[in-house]
Amino acid sequence: MKAAVLTFPGSNCDRDLAVAFERAGFEVARVWHKEPELPAGTDIVGVPGGFSYGDYLRCGAIAAQSPVAAAVRAFAEKGGHVLGICNGFQVLTEMGLLPGALMRNASLKFVCKPVDLRIATSDSPYTNEWAVGDVARIPVAHHDGNYTIDAEGLARLQGEDRIAFTYLDTPNGAMADIAGILSPNRRVLGMMPHPERAVDPAQGGTDGSALFRSILGAMAAA
Amino acid sequence: MKARVHVMLKDGVLDPQGEAVRHALGSLGFLGVEAVRQGKVIELELSATDEAAAEVEVRAMCEKLLANTVIEKYTIEIG
Repeated sequence: MKAAVLTFPGSNCDRDLAVAFERAGFEVARVWHKEPELPAGTDIVGVPGGFSYGDYLRCGAIAAQSPVAAAVRAFAEKGGHVLGICNGFQVLTEMGLLPGALMRNASLKFVCKPVDLRIATSDSPYTNEWAVGDVARIPVAHHDGNYTIDAEGLARLQGEDRIAFTYLDTPNGAMADIAGILSPNRRVLGMMPHPERAVDPAQGGTDGSALFRSILGAMAAA
Repeated sequence: MKARVHVMLKDGVLDPQGEAVRHALGSLGFLGVEAVRQGKVIELELSATDEAAAEVEVRAMCEKLLANTVIEKYTIEIG
């Protein structure tokens, strides 16, 4: 299975994400933001965390207009899998691939700590290794993770079982404690916490590994 | 021609930064500030000469990039 991990100017979790995919058994291609196309045979795109384009204008707004973003949009529209983490989640909402927006944390402070996530659905390529209600300890590190959506959009996410993760103790003010959401076809996941920072005991925990194993398992079964 | 775009959070959207500014004003002794909303102003220098056409163009810029219409609203001043 092939993963393509994007790099924007200001991305800083791209290497960690590539390593996490490799450890799970993926072949990984690193893709620069100016590339107009994804490598042939890409099975999943990873949009990493960081501060793409210095968070100018709004977090993720400029990256969402980059050449590679157009390729990711076309890939997703054909049913491709896309995983956006932290800034990657912000990029995916700015692209309109996921609904809602990520606002400044309610505390106005950057939060950087391990948090407990509740697995809210196991019905996705990203969460099938868990059972609903399982708790995974995964770090967050963000200033703008306060997930916001209108009431109708929230009802739709809830009704369609598209909330992937919720916080047990919300660090950022996110509506309905939302930490991660899925697209309507469940193949695009955006999440604020960093599973790629929890794949090795040296990082303080390995709870993030299940996400990468889930993806590989789902793709192998497809 | 100049255009000025004002981007503000929509009315129903909580503005944590505006709220922090309100608290800070209160602690400076400015009492009676009931609400603060914070936004941004973007100034554009345009080569267009037709105001109506410029406004259409700037509106498209707002929809595509300058504002995130999920949470923000915008107004445009031309000239």
